[in-house]
Amino acid sequence: MTDFWTTPAGWTLITVGQILAVTIWILLSLAFLLLADRKIWAGVQMRKGPNVVGPFGLLQSFADFLKFLLKEVVIPAGADKSVFLLAPLITFILAFGAWAVVPLAPGWVIADLNVGILYLFAVSSLGVYGIIMGGWASNSKYPFLGSLRSAAQMVSYEVSIGFVIITVILLAGSMNLTAIVDGQAGGFWNWNVLGGGGGLGGLLGAVVMIPMTVIFFISALAETNRPPFDLPEAESELVAGYQVEYSSTPYLLFMIGEYANIVLMCAMITILFFGGWHAPFPTGFTDSWAPTAASVFYFLWFFGKVVFFFFMFAMVKAIVPRYRYDQLMRLGWKVFLPTSLAAVCLVAGWLVYVRGPVA
Amino acid sequence: MALQAIAFYLLAAVTVASGFCVVSARNPVHSVLWLILAFFSAAGLFVLMGAEFLAMLLVVVYVGAVAVLFLFVVMMLDVDFAALRQGFARYMPVGLLIAGFLAAEMVLVSSTVAARGAAGANAIPMASGGADVTNAEAIGRVLYTDYVYFFQAAGLVLLVAMIGAIVLTLRHKPGVKRQSVMEQMRRTPATGMKLANPKPGEGIGE
Repeated sequence: MTDFWTTPAGWTLITVGQILAVTIWILLSLAFLLLADRKIWAGVQMRKGPNVVGPFGLLQSFADFLKFLLKEVVIPAGADKSVFLLAPLITFILAFGAWAVVPLAPGWVIADLNVGILYLFAVSSLGVYGIIMGGWASNSKYPFLGSLRSAAQMVSYEVSIGFVIITVILLAGSMNLTAIVDGQAGGFWNWNVLGGGGGLGGLLGAVVMIPMTVIFFISALAETNRPPFDLPEAESELVAGYQVEYSSTPYLLFMIGEYANIVLMCAMITILFFGGWHAPFPTGFTDSWAPTAASVFYFLWFFGKVVFFFFMFAMVKAIVPRYRYDQLMRLGWKVFLPTSLAAVCLVAGWLVYVRGPVA
Repeated sequence: MALQAIAFYLLAAVTVASGFCVVSARNPVHSVLWLILAFFSAAGLFVLMGAEFLAMLLVVVYVGAVAVLFLFVVMMLDVDFAALRQGFARYMPVGLLIAGFLAAEMVLVSSTVAARGAAGANAIPMASGGADVTNAEAIGRVLYTDYVYFFQAAGLVLLVAMIGAIVLTLRHKPGVKRQSVMEQMRRTPATGMKLANPKPGEGIGE
């Protein structure tokens, strides 16, 4: 029986199983995270938020889901039909495809790529296509303006995200996500946000890495079109930007893809800066546990951190007013880009001349 | 191996087919979208060869940035499709000639490679420097040692191109109001406000 899993058919089966497990888990989590998002938003504004469907409104997302599925798909007459329908699919597929390399717990990863972090970066940079295609194919003014804005915005912020990722790669000495997470084991003082270990002297790295974490967080907001950078869909100017002409299931795909991207960004912050699945204290005591129990223990830490950062995203949405477009561009190109570029030089110099690389 | 063979033929077929669609698509935006698909499946072929670093760079740089700008520009252009098709028959022979030359060259190169291995006697270091060296590390080792001058020169060329593009497009329009964030932040009530005391029935004159 063990031989079967090493044959191509077995390998395919097992991979498909893993993919399904991860996808379904994320979809289920999304249902409740979406509700949490709305509840937090409501809480900040002293409203109750959705509270009718199910206890505390817990089933609201499922009700919305059914509603989206059952409504009619309206395709504008002037729309480019194939591209119009392809756009939400691309957003959705990319948002979930990225999860293939995310390590959820020790060994819990579908594809442990050597260049996992580049894969994540690549997939998140592809996310812009869903929006551009959707905006263009709608053949209407507001969606087009929204998609143009988003193209410029996402390309701009990718640059600073790339540089921040390079600082992490330098600290970890690897592009493998599992290796990056493992480099941060042993307590919160080894997390990349505090310089990525190396004893007391290593903490000096925090001077650069804390600002880098903040830059990554803000760029992640811009990359996922979250408020205060939700200009592509700014409802006060563009109605809903690239989503104006979408209805029913295509809209649902857009929205799920968007939220999956947000959670992905939360997972990236967790993995790159906050130790991934590692607890903020030494966890030598798990060595004697059963492997499954230890995995679940670590997974809960990962999950908790991701949910915490999602909470931060929701709070930002509730508290910060929307940026003006030129301010957004100024922030990306004139503040984040030079700062992160300087940080790459500083971290590289520090690693070469003071601390010495990890690997 | 069976899975790899399937993946190869699938990716290769998609690359070729989408390459054909790039030229045959009526709508230029569709052409760019097909081009993106071609890039993407070419990246898949790189992964099959074990060059995952190159594959990811291809996706990040070409698909994620260059093609976005392509799409951006093509979408903004108001293209007259009829005019675009007009010269088709006239330019056909030239296009066929160039295509023929390119195909012949590619066949010659690939048959040479098949016969004598990559570049024959002057074999350059391959992208895999051993079992424990990842491909990014292998490329880095060669790039920053043997080829460091070429690498720097390429960087300089790109820098010149970038500065050239900026110089060509930069225009200082007079009379445009610009926001100076530092100035705004430095404003205090003392500098930003004036307390006037107008008499009843009178406005404030400047």
